[in-house]
Amino acid sequence: MNKKSESKPTLDLEGALELSPSPERIPVTIKERYGHFIGGKFHDGADESLFETINPATKETLAHVAAATEAEVNQAVKSARAAHSKVWSKMGGAERGKYLYRIARRLQEKSRELAAIETRDNGKPIRETRDVDIPLACAHFFYYAGWADKLEYALPGRQAKSLGVAAQVIPWNFPLLMAAWKLAPALATGNTVVLKPAETTPLTAMALAEIMQEVDLPPGVVNIVNGAGATGAALVGHGDVDKVAFTGSTGVGRIIMRQIAGTKKRATMELGGKGAQIVFADAALDQAVEGTINGIFFNQGHVCCAGSRLLLEESIAEDFLERLQRRVRTLRIGDPLDKNTDVGAINSPEQYATIQRYIEVGRKEGANVWQGSATAVPDTGYFVPPTILMGLQQSDTCAREEIFGPVLSVLTFRTPDEAVKKANDSEYGLAAGVWSEKTSKLFEVAHRLNAGIVWANGYNLFDPASPFGGVRHSGFGREGGIAGLWPYLEVA
Amino acid sequence: MARTFHPADARRWRAARVDNAAVAQRVARVRTRSIKTESKLRLLKLALSMVDLTTLEGQDTPDKVQSLCRKAMHPFLEQPDLPHTAAVCVYPNMVPVAVESVRGSGVKVAAVATGFPSGQIPVPLKIEEVKRTVAMGADEIDMVIDRGAFLAGEDQKVFEEIAMVKEACGKARLKVILETGELGTLDNVAAASRLAIAAGADFIKTSTGKISPAATMEVTLVMLEAIREHYLETGVMIGMKPAGGIRTAKQALHYLVMVAETLGKAWMSPEWFRFGASSLVNDLLHQIARREDGHYASPRRFSVD
Repeated sequence: MNKKSESKPTLDLEGALELSPSPERIPVTIKERYGHFIGGKFHDGADESLFETINPATKETLAHVAAATEAEVNQAVKSARAAHSKVWSKMGGAERGKYLYRIARRLQEKSRELAAIETRDNGKPIRETRDVDIPLACAHFFYYAGWADKLEYALPGRQAKSLGVAAQVIPWNFPLLMAAWKLAPALATGNTVVLKPAETTPLTAMALAEIMQEVDLPPGVVNIVNGAGATGAALVGHGDVDKVAFTGSTGVGRIIMRQIAGTKKRATMELGGKGAQIVFADAALDQAVEGTINGIFFNQGHVCCAGSRLLLEESIAEDFLERLQRRVRTLRIGDPLDKNTDVGAINSPEQYATIQRYIEVGRKEGANVWQGSATAVPDTGYFVPPTILMGLQQSDTCAREEIFGPVLSVLTFRTPDEAVKKANDSEYGLAAGVWSEKTSKLFEVAHRLNAGIVWANGYNLFDPASPFGGVRHSGFGREGGIAGLWPYLEVA
Repeated sequence: MARTFHPADARRWRAARVDNAAVAQRVARVRTRSIKTESKLRLLKLALSMVDLTTLEGQDTPDKVQSLCRKAMHPFLEQPDLPHTAAVCVYPNMVPVAVESVRGSGVKVAAVATGFPSGQIPVPLKIEEVKRTVAMGADEIDMVIDRGAFLAGEDQKVFEEIAMVKEACGKARLKVILETGELGTLDNVAAASRLAIAAGADFIKTSTGKISPAATMEVTLVMLEAIREHYLETGVMIGMKPAGGIRTAKQALHYLVMVAETLGKAWMSPEWFRFGASSLVNDLLHQIARREDGHYASPRRFSVD
C-alpha cells in the first residue's frame, strides 16, 4: 500500500523545512531531592526509599525522590482528615472558590516554567505542555473554582455535602493536568486530598505543592505522597479514606477495585482505551488526516483516549493512508524542549520496551509496519517515530490491546454498520471519533458507538466544562463538567 | 489549443469538501513553528526572492513604476548580495516602463489583466487586453476569474474564459486570481482552485488586493492542497500566490512553513511560490538587517519603494 511505483509523482517533504534549534530557554529549578508534602510542609522522606526520575529524552537523572512508607501515607491521610473536619468542610463555598482561583492564577503565572519542567520529566514536547497541559490545568481550576459556591445548582432540590478524604492516584502521561483534573473538583466540593503522582513524573506535582503553600491553602487540604505501586496500595487501602479516584491502566484499576471491594469507599476509575477513529469516504479527507494525527500522535500516543484504531472506508483506504503518511513525514521528532518538536520521547524505558514489543508482535502477526518523520530519530533517549500498522485484522493483538504509544492500527470497513460493529468490538469504551461531512451519518453513527466520549470531525479536544470518562473496561465515573462534581458529593 | 470543459469534471470539483474548523486548527499549528537564527535568515531571503512587488493604483505614473522596479532589482543597496524580488506587478499601461526598467536584471514583469479587479467587461475585450499586454512585454499575466459566473454555477463560462486567456498568453505564465474574499466558503475556494488548474492556470492566486479579506493562511492551505492533489494525479506542478494582507516577515515565514509541509521542497522557490505584496519587502529587509547587525535598525533606513 505504501510502495512507491516508479512513475508516481512524489513530494519531497522530509528535507523541505530545515529549522535551526529553537529550545525553550526559561531557567527551571529542579531540586536534587524530593519527598512528600504533608500537612502543608515538605518532608524529606526516608533515605533508603529514594528512587530516580529521569529525563527520558536524554536518560539523565533529574532528581531523587523518596517513596512514602505506610507510616507516611498514614500521616498524610490523618492530616487530610483533620483539615477536612476542622477547616475545609466548614468553610463557605465562596471562600474555597477563592483558594481555587488563586491556585489557577498562580499556575498561569508559572506556566512557562511548569511547562519546561513537565517536558523534562515526561519527555513530551514543549509545544504540548505549553499549549495544552498547563493551560488546561489552569482552566480546570478556574472552572471548578466557579462551582465551589454554586453546588446547590449542581444537584437542584437536593442537599449535598463533601465525602471527606479523597485518595487520588494519577498517571505519568499528563502529570500536572491529571493532578488538576483530580484536585479541582475534589477541593471545590469541600473534600481534602492525598494525591500520589506517578513515580516517573513527580516533579510538577511537587511544584504544585509549592503553589499550595504560596496561596496559603490551609495545611492538610492537599497532601502529596510520592512513590510507586506500594505507596499507591497503602493509600487506596487506608481505612480512613472515603473516596478513591484513579487514572491509569485497566490492570491496576482492577487491583484497586479488588482492594477496596466491600468497603464504604466510593470510586471513580479512568482506565485504558483503544479508541476507534472512523473515517467515511464522504469526510473532508485532508482535515480528517489532521484529526487522525491529533488522535494518535499527540503526546506520543500516551493518551488513554488515543484514537489508536483507524477504521477506514475501503473505497478511500489507500488514498487516505497516502495522505496520512505524507502528513506524518512532516512531523518533527526530537528534543522535546525544542519548540518545533511534534513528537517527543517515550516516558520510560519500560514503556519504550512495551511499545517495541507490540510493534514486533504486529509484525509477526502479519502487519505491514510503516514509520515516518521529518527529522531523524534521536539516539539520546527513548524515542519511537510515528508508526502505522497496516493490513491488520480485527483479531490481531495490536487491534485489540492498548499499546499506549505512537502506534496506529489500521483496519477497513465497507458499510456504516460494519464500522460500528468493528469500533464496538473492544473490551474498552473510552473514546471514539467519526469523520464525515454528512451530518445525519455523524449523528447516527456517534449514537451507536459504545464509548464515553465521541468526537465528530475532531479528536482529542478537551474542555473542563465537558465530562470525560469511559464505559466497560475503560472505567466509570466522569471528570470534568457538572458531572465531575457528583463523584465527590454525598447526596442527602 | 484551449482545454475543453467536461461537466463531469465540474461535478467532481464542486464535490470538494473542506472542514473549516480543522483547517483553522492546522493553520494554528503552523503558526506555532518557531523559526530562529540561521533558518530564519535563509527563509527571509527566500521570501524576499518570492515577492511580486506590486503597485496597482489609479495614480500610478511611469516614475512611480520605475521607482518600484529599482526597489525590486536592488531591495537594499547596503546589502548588494540580497536576492532581487521575483517580479514587479503593474497595470497593463505600465508594462513598457517596467520592461525597460528591469531589463537584464532577472526581475519579471507581471501585469494584471482581464478587466482587473472586477473582471466585469466583455470576454473579447479581456482576450484583447491580455494579447496586447503580452505584446508589450509582460512575462506573466494575473487574470481574475468571473466570480459572478462561478457563484451562479456557470462553471463552463469560468473555465472557458480561463482557457481562452491561457491561449492568449502565449509564452507568458498565467496566474489565475480566484478572489477568495468574494467566494464565501472554503468549499468554493477548493472548487475554484480545481477549476482554474484544469482550465490551464500556471499559478493560482488568492486575491486582487482590492477586496477584504485578501490572502489568509486558511484559504492558502486549501489552494495548496488542490495543487498537491493535481500534482499527485498528473505530475504537473502548479504555482501558488497569496496576495494582499501579507505585511510582516513573520506572516511570510509561516506561509513558507505551510508550503514546505504541504508541497515539499520543490515549491520552495520563486518559480513556484510568490507573495503578492508591497510593504512586506521592507519588513523582510528590516528582519534581515536585524540578523546581520544584531539589532533593529530604524525603519527609515529602508526606502519607501
